[in-house]
Amino acid sequence: MGKPKIRIATTSLAGCFGCHMSFLDIDERLLDLVEIAELDRSPLTDIKHCTDCDIAIVEGGVCNSENVHVLRELRRACKKLVSIGACAINGGIPALRNRYDLGDCLEEAFITGIGVTDPQVPGDPELPLLLDKVHPIHEVVKVDYFIPGCPPSGDTIWAVLTDLIEGREPVLPYELTHYD
Amino acid sequence: MPHFTLDGRTIPFEPGQTLMEAAMAAGVYIPHLCYHPDFEPHGSCKLCSVEVNGRICSACTFPAAENQEVISASEEVRHLRLRLTQMLFVEGNHLCPSCEASGSCELQATGYYLGMTDGHFSHFFPRREIDASHPEVLLDRDRCIFCALCVRASRDEGKNVFALSGRGIHTRLVVNSPSGKLGDTDLEATDRAAHICPVGAILVRGTAFRAPIGERKYDHRTIAQVALEEERPLVGRQHGQAED
Ligand code: SF4
Ligand code: SF4
Ligand code: FES
Repeated sequence: MGKPKIRIATTSLAGCFGCHMSFLDIDERLLDLVEIAELDRSPLTDIKHCTDCDIAIVEGGVCNSENVHVLRELRRACKKLVSIGACAINGGIPALRNRYDLGDCLEEAFITGIGVTDPQVPGDPELPLLLDKVHPIHEVVKVDYFIPGCPPSGDTIWAVLTDLIEGREPVLPYELTHYD
Repeated sequence: MPHFTLDGRTIPFEPGQTLMEAAMAAGVYIPHLCYHPDFEPHGSCKLCSVEVNGRICSACTFPAAENQEVISASEEVRHLRLRLTQMLFVEGNHLCPSCEASGSCELQATGYYLGMTDGHFSHFFPRREIDASHPEVLLDRDRCIFCALCVRASRDEGKNVFALSGRGIHTRLVVNSPSGKLGDTDLEATDRAAHICPVGAILVRGTAFRAPIGERKYDHRTIAQVALEEERPLVGRQHGQAED
């Protein structure tokens, strides 16, 4: 019997999935990864709720009530929480809306915007409520590690992930440190 | 020649030099954002904080003297600078992926140099006015770090286009024209003031994204390397001229 596999969960909140795409950019190293790790909740497995896991990787900022629930569930379930990408770290592009009134944003998007037909602000109770502002995730839960970049490169993600898996404190070399 | 010690190294200085000037002349980089060898020190960003005989001082304004023991490279001082840099990030709106200055920005490069991976504090997301009234120069106050380099450059050019107004968190960059708009000043794209901004707050139009990712100023060279190459030869120029 080999060692028990490391359990990793990943999720995307208010982001564009670019960080997940970059995660796939670790390419053939994915094969090394699945040797030692098992994916828990993740858009790659389509598991909806996460069980106890070692590492959770979160992309995207917090823009609505569902993001808050998902993030808190993940924080409870994981030992180490990793904030990945500009949106998770500082709100990123979604936070561009923070300079406007939320009502004005909804009106522009659903009522007065160019090309809108049948103008109405969606009000279905199933829809998560939007927060007044988009927040970086460290403002909602404790974050253990950050991987900057928009998105971080596959090499950057791999560097941090292997450090964490092997129990080292992740240190990014200069060439892999980017905020864009 | 008189000298002091910096992280145990002997640094000679000429009377009248600041710690920054003497260190720079000796080839030692001390992080800085509001200091530039061509302009009078402003002492506002505090990135150049060093320990002088046990006290924290700004290297860009503090005069060098004999018997000074200066510490710049300790973990404590690095951490202090990291927190200051994080404050600069969260007090403005620094969305680097959509910023024209990205890759060539001194604030960003300072973050890289200090190993900053996050903003640590809660973001202010302040509302600041963008001024697009000038045909050649754009002013995006979201990214202003109040270093006053544009203020000093414009003053030295005799135009006085920019000024800092208000105090503390209410400080803002104002423009000297009856309308308060950049388009109504005599600023020209060729002015030094239009090019001195260390971040992406003052941008000359039509020059964006000329350097592709991978070939930008700080893509491979750290801000320490760039500053020693580009700013070190300028150190003492202004003083020398003034004393003649
Ligand atoms: S000015 Fe610099 S730190 Fe600010 S958004 Fe632009 S690149 Fe990022
Ligand atoms: S606009 Fe640029 S140069 Fe002027 S004070 Fe702000 S950051 Fe400094
Ligand atoms: S560089 Fe000395 S205070 Fe800004």
